Amino acid sequence: MDLIIEQASSFAADIDMVILLIAVLAGFWFFLAEAVLFYFIFKFRQRKGVKAQYITGTRKEEKKWLHWPHNLIIVCDLVIIFFAIKVWYDIKQDLPPAQEVVQVIGRQWSWQFVHPGLDKQLGTADDVATVDELRVKVGVTYHFKLESRDVLHSFSVPVFRLKQDAVPGRVFTGWFTPTKTGTYDIQCAEMCGMGHGLMQGRLVIEDEAAHDEWLRNKAT
Amino acid sequence: MTEQNFWQKYIFSTDHKIIGMQYMFTGMIMALIGGYFAYTFRMQLAFPGTEVFGFGTVSPHEYNSLVTNHGTIMIFWVAMPVLLATFGNFLIPLMIGCDDMVFPRLNRLSYQVFLLSAIVLVASFFVAGGGFGGAWTAYPPLSAQAKYNMTQYGATLWLIAVALEFVAFLLGGINFITTLMNSRAKGMKMYDIPIVLWMIVLASILFMASVGPLIAGAIMLLFDQTLGTGFFDPAQGGDPILWQHLFWFFGHPEVYVVLLPAMGIVAEIITVFSRKKLFAYKTVLYTAFATGVLSFFVWAHHQFIAGIDPRMANVFAVTTLLISIPIAEMLFVYIATLYGGSIRLTAAMLFALSFLAAFLIGGVTGIFLGASGADIYFHDTYFVVAHFHYTFFPIAILAVFAGLYYWFPKMFGRHMSETLGKIHFWGTFIPFNLIFLPLFFLGAAGQHRRIYSYELFSELNSADFQNLRVLATVALIVMLIFQLPFLYNFFASMLRGKVATANPWQANTLEWAAPSPPPHGNFATLPEVYRPPYEYSVPGRESDFWPQHEKPSGESKA
Amino acid sequence: MSTMPIATTRSMTGIPTGRLAVWWVIGSEIVIFGGLLACYLLLRNLYPHWGESAAHTSTLAGAINTFVLLTSSLFVVLAHHAAERKRHIAAFFYLWLTIGGGLTFLLIKAFEWSYEIAQGYTITANLFWSYYYTAAGIHASHVIVGMIIMAIISFDVLRQRNLPRVELIGIYWHFVDIVWIFLFPLLYIAK
Repeated sequence: MDLIIEQASSFAADIDMVILLIAVLAGFWFFLAEAVLFYFIFKFRQRKGVKAQYITGTRKEEKKWLHWPHNLIIVCDLVIIFFAIKVWYDIKQDLPPAQEVVQVIGRQWSWQFVHPGLDKQLGTADDVATVDELRVKVGVTYHFKLESRDVLHSFSVPVFRLKQDAVPGRVFTGWFTPTKTGTYDIQCAEMCGMGHGLMQGRLVIEDEAAHDEWLRNKAT
Repeated sequence: MTEQNFWQKYIFSTDHKIIGMQYMFTGMIMALIGGYFAYTFRMQLAFPGTEVFGFGTVSPHEYNSLVTNHGTIMIFWVAMPVLLATFGNFLIPLMIGCDDMVFPRLNRLSYQVFLLSAIVLVASFFVAGGGFGGAWTAYPPLSAQAKYNMTQYGATLWLIAVALEFVAFLLGGINFITTLMNSRAKGMKMYDIPIVLWMIVLASILFMASVGPLIAGAIMLLFDQTLGTGFFDPAQGGDPILWQHLFWFFGHPEVYVVLLPAMGIVAEIITVFSRKKLFAYKTVLYTAFATGVLSFFVWAHHQFIAGIDPRMANVFAVTTLLISIPIAEMLFVYIATLYGGSIRLTAAMLFALSFLAAFLIGGVTGIFLGASGADIYFHDTYFVVAHFHYTFFPIAILAVFAGLYYWFPKMFGRHMSETLGKIHFWGTFIPFNLIFLPLFFLGAAGQHRRIYSYELFSELNSADFQNLRVLATVALIVMLIFQLPFLYNFFASMLRGKVATANPWQANTLEWAAPSPPPHGNFATLPEVYRPPYEYSVPGRESDFWPQHEKPSGESKA
Repeated sequence: MSTMPIATTRSMTGIPTGRLAVWWVIGSEIVIFGGLLACYLLLRNLYPHWGESAAHTSTLAGAINTFVLLTSSLFVVLAHHAAERKRHIAAFFYLWLTIGGGLTFLLIKAFEWSYEIAQGYTITANLFWSYYYTAAGIHASHVIVGMIIMAIISFDVLRQRNLPRVELIGIYWHFVDIVWIFLFPLLYIAK
């Protein structure tokens, strides 16, 4: 996964691990089933003088060909469920303490971000509000407060592997910890009307010094 | 009976076969519209901003409307009418050995309501503001208020069309279920019913049991749109998530509503063309039951990140992965059926086998999305788009073509050309994979859905990705072109094809006991049933098939 | 067209086809109303202050209507009873008494609603009232449909045709009645 899209949050690698795990387990069954299917199609193609066999599939030794894959798939499913839920729990249910909080507001059709100022507190006079640009410090654990002013939006940051719908009338709190500096895309991943495709934001991950510099420039 | 004029015979007919064909032709026309929409928005994605041949430049507003209605049409006006209504209407009375549906006039009404719904939907493209563009899921508040979606009339007409379509299928479903329950030929016991009929009727029951809450929801959404109530408007105290629950409580079983008939069609075809008894008939039934029941407990996997309680996601991740088990088992049964067979690769069989091969991809990629942790990333990306096209395309296109090639001789009394059929098959199956395999990759790279141009997104705007988009679009155009041989084959064979005998494929089920095409009333004498439907290559018998209605020679009926 | 297909006369399950179909109709209706009630429970759970709005509904009118509907259900049972004994005039008479019950129900409803609307409790007043009018409206539309079908059947009965259909419309009418018995406490009593 990290070959086609960078990992820039603390949990991106965990999600990629689950994806890889499923790819291996499901991929095994997929290739096995396809191989058997094509082998049968080839092996049992119509030939002169060869009559098809009469197999009811109700005898025990025939049914075991269903039961064994069946049981093994249950095992694979359980493994996948375990890891999927573990990752889900870490990202969506568990909320590590925040070092800073940002506010994310979706509206037709732009993102508004409210950053805490140099005092690192949201809701004070030196907050910095921007449109379509989110600036965060690398290595700092953020909580985001996600809101919508009109319809459903979805705050999606592919490099973080993070996605959360914004619902008008509610505030969702989630978290992320950027691990890599750079400039990345923010998307809206829930159909929100005519300008849905225009609802693009920039995520700038920078080190603390650069971030403070930017805050100071904004303040003046 | 007096001679019927054209109108009585073809337009206001109560004959189940004619009604089935009415559904089929309406479905075909809608499929052409849906295909045209797909062509238009794929062109926009491959060559953003340029003029699309046959449409013009695509505005973001039009783009949304195109994708929304492509999805709506393909599911509600193509997959359902063709899989459920065409095959259900045509096959149920024939395969259970009786002369018609139990309520022929109700049947006609069902088609008329369906036709009305199609007309309303098509009309919605031409009203002021254009067609509805809030995605086929129609999440409020976007869908509820004209100030957000900017399609005041389009949204309302879309909703009315969908609701009418539901009514049509409720009426049809009641007919299907009652007919299968009550009107089977003498001797046809539960386990003598061909799988395809089980599947169609189970699908009708699933539909009936899941659509109710959405009908109630549609009325509430309609009032939100037109009267200004606030069921789904948070500003007035409503709850937008409620709609999502109502929608997906229906929406997920709906997948199985179309999947099961497709599975049934494939079961008929692979048994006939491999001359094999279906492997473990009862297992297929049990897995279908299990799928149907489980499908009511998985809906919220569409809403993992929609703002539902995150603890709920864990429950639904478990149920969603569990549903992979019966589906996998059903596919194994089909593959096992091929073992030891004598496989004839006719056009129908090719489509049926390709269904299995392609649906497997759709099935395994679903696991990525059902696993809540991975879904955080994949949700609403092209990975989802590719995934459900790998389920719906085999269902609504491959299985349907398989069924059409297989039952065409029965429907029209003539054969379709096998050569053209095979050209059509390869021209459909190969481009299909070339359309959607790239989309898996684009989705994994973070490309999200329903975006009319990716030029704004730096990560997605690379030349390599754009080449993949062009590849998918070109493959789509190739695939659409290869439907021309099919259309020619279909209509030319109807008039000039090789005349078919009553049972050209040497199949066992009862529809082949009737003449091709069956006259009004179907059978000269109504058949009786003496054995299960898949007695092929029975040891000790000269011929490799044993029709259900053939009287046992010598000994009396067991 | 008038010839009935053989399919309709078969009865593999032992249940007459018409009755079987009516049960399936009711099955699908139960899910529709089930969805409606589920919405009620969800929304009511979210907004406990619904009770205040519900206090403005007229429990008396609701109670009278419950009584009217129950009485009409009795009449439809009597109609079925008469139809079974081929007393078609009596069946016709009882069917119209049932229709009369439905009409009374709708009249009371009309007075009730016009009074409430005059007080400002329109469908957009708040979520409770939206639900109140929507749910009761969907139910009322079922009452109207039932009355129309019943009227059609009654004239068939008068000509001594299709007598078993009296039972079918009876089953449907009972169902509509039961839906009201669910709606009545939710909309009128739970305050």
